[in-house]
Amino acid sequence: MSESAFAVETKDLTQRFGRFTAVDRVTMTVAKGEIYGFLGANGAGKTTTIRILCGLLRPTSGSAFVNGHDVIRYPERVKAGIGYMSQKFSLYEDLRVRDNLVFFGGIYGLGRERIEQRIAEITSATGLTELLTRKVRGLPTGWKQRLALACAVLHDPGIIFLDEPTGGVDPVSRRTFWDFIYSLADAGKTIFVTTHYMDEAEYCHRIAIMYQGRILMCDSPSAIRESTGDALLEDAFIRLITRESDTETGGD
Amino acid sequence: MQRLRAIMKKELLHIIRDVRSLTIIFLLPLIMLVLYGYAIRLDLKNIPLAVWDADNSQESRELIRAFTHSGYFTLTLHAITPVDPLEVFQERRAKSVLAIPVDYGARLHDGRAIPVQFLSDASESNTATIAGQYAEQIILSRLMSRFGTDAPLPDVRALVLFNPELESKVFVVPGLVAILFMMICALMTSITIAREKETGTLEQILVSPVRTAEIIIGKLFPYMFLASLIGVVVILIAIFWFGAPFVGSPLLLAVFSIVYLLCSLAIGILISTRVRTVQVAMMAALVITMLPSIMLSGFVFPIASMPLPIRILTHIVPARYFLVIIRGIMLKDASLYLLRFQILPLCILTFILLVVSIRRFRTTLE
Amino acid sequence: MFVLGAHRANDETGDAMSILIDDIHKTYGAQGALAGVTLSIREGERFGLIGPDGAGKSSLMRILCGLIRADRGSFTLCGLDGNRDLRAIKSSIGYMPQRFSLYPDLTVAENLRFFADLFTVPRRERDERLERLYRFSRLKPFAARRAAALSGGMKQKLALSCALIHTPRVLILDEPTTGVDPVSRREFWDILSELSRDGTTILVSTPYMDEAARCDRIAFIHHGRLLAVDTPAGIPGRFPLTILEFRGRRFPVRHDDMLRVRGVASVRLLGDRLRVACESREAVERAVRDMLERSGAEILSVRTDTPSIEDTFVHLMHEEPGHV
Repeated sequence: MSESAFAVETKDLTQRFGRFTAVDRVTMTVAKGEIYGFLGANGAGKTTTIRILCGLLRPTSGSAFVNGHDVIRYPERVKAGIGYMSQKFSLYEDLRVRDNLVFFGGIYGLGRERIEQRIAEITSATGLTELLTRKVRGLPTGWKQRLALACAVLHDPGIIFLDEPTGGVDPVSRRTFWDFIYSLADAGKTIFVTTHYMDEAEYCHRIAIMYQGRILMCDSPSAIRESTGDALLEDAFIRLITRESDTETGGD
Repeated sequence: MQRLRAIMKKELLHIIRDVRSLTIIFLLPLIMLVLYGYAIRLDLKNIPLAVWDADNSQESRELIRAFTHSGYFTLTLHAITPVDPLEVFQERRAKSVLAIPVDYGARLHDGRAIPVQFLSDASESNTATIAGQYAEQIILSRLMSRFGTDAPLPDVRALVLFNPELESKVFVVPGLVAILFMMICALMTSITIAREKETGTLEQILVSPVRTAEIIIGKLFPYMFLASLIGVVVILIAIFWFGAPFVGSPLLLAVFSIVYLLCSLAIGILISTRVRTVQVAMMAALVITMLPSIMLSGFVFPIASMPLPIRILTHIVPARYFLVIIRGIMLKDASLYLLRFQILPLCILTFILLVVSIRRFRTTLE
Repeated sequence: MFVLGAHRANDETGDAMSILIDDIHKTYGAQGALAGVTLSIREGERFGLIGPDGAGKSSLMRILCGLIRADRGSFTLCGLDGNRDLRAIKSSIGYMPQRFSLYPDLTVAENLRFFADLFTVPRRERDERLERLYRFSRLKPFAARRAAALSGGMKQKLALSCALIHTPRVLILDEPTTGVDPVSRREFWDILSELSRDGTTILVSTPYMDEAARCDRIAFIHHGRLLAVDTPAGIPGRFPLTILEFRGRRFPVRHDDMLRVRGVASVRLLGDRLRVACESREAVERAVRDMLERSGAEILSVRTDTPSIEDTFVHLMHEEPGHV
């Protein structure tokens, strides 16, 4: 199964915590090089799904393959091939940009030469080269986000998980950040994003709208907007989940 | 009034809700009390003693016997030839050395001044100080038994007089109260203000028409109340469990406790104006208030035996004054007049700190 | 209607100015400065401030709330002078700081009562107002729950309720919806609309363009200067170019060649869409289409699109001298 055409493939993935079902029979495929977004409210099951896919959580039932590895049987192999960046990006504020990169390279077991080589590649792609000797503290948020992503991709992972990466930044910084993401996708990396911001969701190739642990719809942002007839993605999103909750209460 | 009450009520709720901190605040003094009361005994028994008895007379042997019979000292070396104290200390054969001159017996007969030498290994300064005090006391009592009240004059310190057994818990309890007051008021106020900064609630309060004084007084009362409560509990335990004396006026103590609490509170506010997070506030409060209150107040180490620069530094440690005041009132029934050199500086220090802290609080936040 | 403020009822002059800001300057620290902001906001208006981090949004709001003082310039709020009547101003403002903040160890009701007392709301009125705030926020069932145990959206509604307890005439909200999910955000903005309908003036900052669109007027702020003040519908009118939108698959990531085409100002890839800002459709469509097809992209459709607020914002920011 290691030569799968898909970067992520799940079937009936379910996660229960006691009586609460956080992820409910999620079936999806994400192609290599695709930017795939999970859009949903808090508690919709986005983070839980990501944690399963990262090998941090063992699902109650169903199957999930990441980079062709079974997350249940080989979580360690899965972990080696992924990069992860969370909204509260964990950088060492009192260290320089360069120190942060070297450190993250070190924890992924990269050799000194390899680290230097990767730092050179990534910083030129992100425009961080001139900031290498600057302390992280005091950098604008937009730059910190780019650095956090650079740290997450230093070990050249096949899949990158981004958890609400650009919450609360201005559009210009967001564009620059996404330019970097597009260049990663162009190089064949798969990007998996969770967000509850429409501004961010619009950048994805495909988005899955999650509601109460289920995927209500999965398509490109424009196709989703067209399917509901809304001009704005947010209106479409609200319409979809309201419809869903109405049918639920109606069925009761 | 409505605003002041609101802040006080809210602060009380914070105290009550935070069960963990509350437990620590109540348990810590009790643990310290038990530790100092039972485990860590500042009073010593069986201090190893080396004697160089150059006289080797009946009188000198009586003196040595007085040392060994006191129970405080154990004779580990008894020589009539010279003893090198340095060697003794380095080889750890004894912690103190008593040197009796050749003409001890003769001088005693004539009633002349006797240069008895008592040396202690000050690498353990506490032991050394206490051993010295014991020695003075033993020599004094020897002299008294021989000459009655006309005894020639060793310089015996006042505290020995009022704690003839040199029992440490009698010292420890007042000291503990001084430290506790500082801890609860300075530490807790700086933490509560820092927490409000950290969560951003301070900003929310400051956009209301509330006055600075209302915020500060509103925060002050609950913590003063809490500190007083714990102070009373500690003193009661000290009296009824450890048998510590309380001979002075509780009212006088209450009045100066309030002055001292205000002083601690001012320091707490001052710290809070300089920090942004609870963690830093905690560290700063520990370093600025707790350590000096323990180390530089005379609680553990006598101020008189500190080097001059540090001795000067102790003058800005409020606990230094309060310690003498509370010890004076509890153990000696000291009067206002006797304590004037402690009361005055404490009041001045408190006043300055309060003015500075309130002013700084206002300017840094508005 | 909720009738939380009901200021409009007492006011016949519908166009009264609620906030007048005159040439406010403020410098402090390494970042964040205001370099002469002049602005007037009408009573009952929803006014949005949009700008990047450190542009001066928070500073301006904090000056209006009396948290910091301006170096130069003046402002009046509800007719009160910002330099003299600060305490009176504080009584007429409701403010939600960027990280809206409540006492996590106090319950919903305790938080509300605390702020009611802080603003000296009379006891008789307090319970009645609490009820009204519960009704609009739907927090009543959680009155006895500690704030720490609320969800993000509920915390935000509680913070808003606390800011509204003294029925302020002006509401100042600093990025109130950061970290709040879309459903709660929508609910929140519905409440704001109700409030403004009742005459409460709302000054709100946001990094989200969809929120900006819900304001009556918006201002772009950058490097402490206002770049544009207009209605959301009027803002795109300041965008001097045409947006050409291609939909399709496998669009290239690098657009250097397209940017060399005469008349192309910027190219932005957005999922399955490629948005080209250009002088006119006729001039560039052919060339860009050829380039896309040569690079292996598959084009499904092409259309001209109206520029969004975001397009305009990014454009104005790049236009501004001194931009990095």
